[in-house]
Amino acid sequence: MAKTIDEINEKIKKGKAVVLTAEEIIDYAEEKGIKKAAQEVDVVTTGTFGPMCSSGAYFNVGHTKPRIKLGGGKVYLNDVPVYAGFAAVDFFLGATAMPDDDPRNKIFPGKFSYGGAYVIEELVAGKDVRLTATAYGTDCYPRKTLVTYISLKDMNEAVLFNIRNAYQNYNVAVNLSDRVIYTYMGVLQPNMGNATYCSAGQLSPLLNDPYYKTIGIGTRIFLGGGIGYVVGNGTQHNPGVKRGENGVPKAPAGTLSVTGDLKLMSPKWLRGTSFTGYGVTLTVGIGVPIPILDEEILQYTTVRDEDIWTQVVDYSEAYPQFNPGSLGEVNYSQLKSGRITVQGKEVPTSGLSSYLRAREIANILKEWIKMGKFFLTEPVQTLPSVDSGIVFKPLKERPIKKK
Amino acid sequence: MQKKRVVLSFPPHLIDQPVTYRLIKDFDLMVNILRARITPKEQGRLVIEIVGKRPALEAGMNYLREAGLEIQPLAQDVKWHEDRCTHCTACISICPTKALDVDRTKMEVSFKRDKCIACELCIPACPYQAIEILF
Repeated sequence: MAKTIDEINEKIKKGKAVVLTAEEIIDYAEEKGIKKAAQEVDVVTTGTFGPMCSSGAYFNVGHTKPRIKLGGGKVYLNDVPVYAGFAAVDFFLGATAMPDDDPRNKIFPGKFSYGGAYVIEELVAGKDVRLTATAYGTDCYPRKTLVTYISLKDMNEAVLFNIRNAYQNYNVAVNLSDRVIYTYMGVLQPNMGNATYCSAGQLSPLLNDPYYKTIGIGTRIFLGGGIGYVVGNGTQHNPGVKRGENGVPKAPAGTLSVTGDLKLMSPKWLRGTSFTGYGVTLTVGIGVPIPILDEEILQYTTVRDEDIWTQVVDYSEAYPQFNPGSLGEVNYSQLKSGRITVQGKEVPTSGLSSYLRAREIANILKEWIKMGKFFLTEPVQTLPSVDSGIVFKPLKERPIKKK
Repeated sequence: MQKKRVVLSFPPHLIDQPVTYRLIKDFDLMVNILRARITPKEQGRLVIEIVGKRPALEAGMNYLREAGLEIQPLAQDVKWHEDRCTHCTACISICPTKALDVDRTKMEVSFKRDKCIACELCIPACPYQAIEILF
């Protein structure tokens, strides 16, 4: 018997909704059987807490007296440059932006100890940050410089807006070269001395709804400790990759673009993050509820780590040179055991996405729903799926012709 | 047999003293050098593990103190900031002694001070600056 989102919300309102996490549903469904579990369970909650570089926030800081037009000027928060190509007092701060005088990788490997993500974390923690700006001055916006402290509560709007988050599966990174390499997948030891992975596996949102049957535009989610919404598919959304019989992609596939009010979020779930030799990024906590509308949707949520496979990729040569090729397939049960075997060699593993925190998010979202504080939404439109014909294109460079 | 892990600081005038040799020859101690750093005009630092019988160990430590070296237990110099740790496990495949370890059921990271040899391999590997070495 199929359910509707309205019916589930009615049960949430009455405090009668049955909610389990994507981890708990596995044993529950095994014990009760798919049919019975689909009747009994209303919502399965997912979670993920990992570094997500394509994150950022936009702000409206209010007008100064006399007025200043930040648009077209240069604007910084704690010396981190923001993008101000908007109207007078709006700007966007990217997670990976860093101070102009940061040495980057000039002394290799760079530390990247501060940047946009840290500014976001500090703002969310309620701290003051320094807003500095220079502008060109107009008749209507005469002021040319601005130096002030500002905090989140002073601002009109502060909105997290992430254009690519919550990757549906990700590569496992190894290093085949004979030197240490510093990547966005962490520090990789030579000759496959270690391997890193980055997914919450069986708890990860899009791995529990592999064909995006319930997650779509407008889906209400846990975002950074507050409430957020799915804007649509994220950039590089690539549903057409190779999938297993269970429908689960065996390589990086779907992504989400998400947004939410930064003022309601928490520094625990938005963390400034530094990858040595690579750069700054933001670690984001996301939890997506999956309404159990029918048996098929429930079946997808019962996916286990051992049924989620991914590709081992060499980050010393294949990845940087954009050469295709996988060194082998491993599953998340193997990755989480601490050791995988790649081409006959045993390699110790490290995660970059916190499974402990992912579980905590799924549990928080579960509590919110059980307490009647969080209701599900019907997506306005579902995300492009395998039948969309989306092709993930590389950049085709075309030489500029001299006139 | 007793074991101690200590950080020795040498003032510049003691840098040419062969203290490790003395600990081995005069006090019959096993000395394992974990880290050593001597730079001109700076304090020298030596991180060592010393194993031996209690009286010998105490006599050796007295010798070091009398020679004018500053002695600090290693554990004080390595800090794991649990509040900064997200339990991502990035450090786990790099830590050579399992001082940083993970409970595989909970996927929760922990730090066992007495196993740490202050090799610092975890420092660049931790994206959250959760581990700090103070010397």
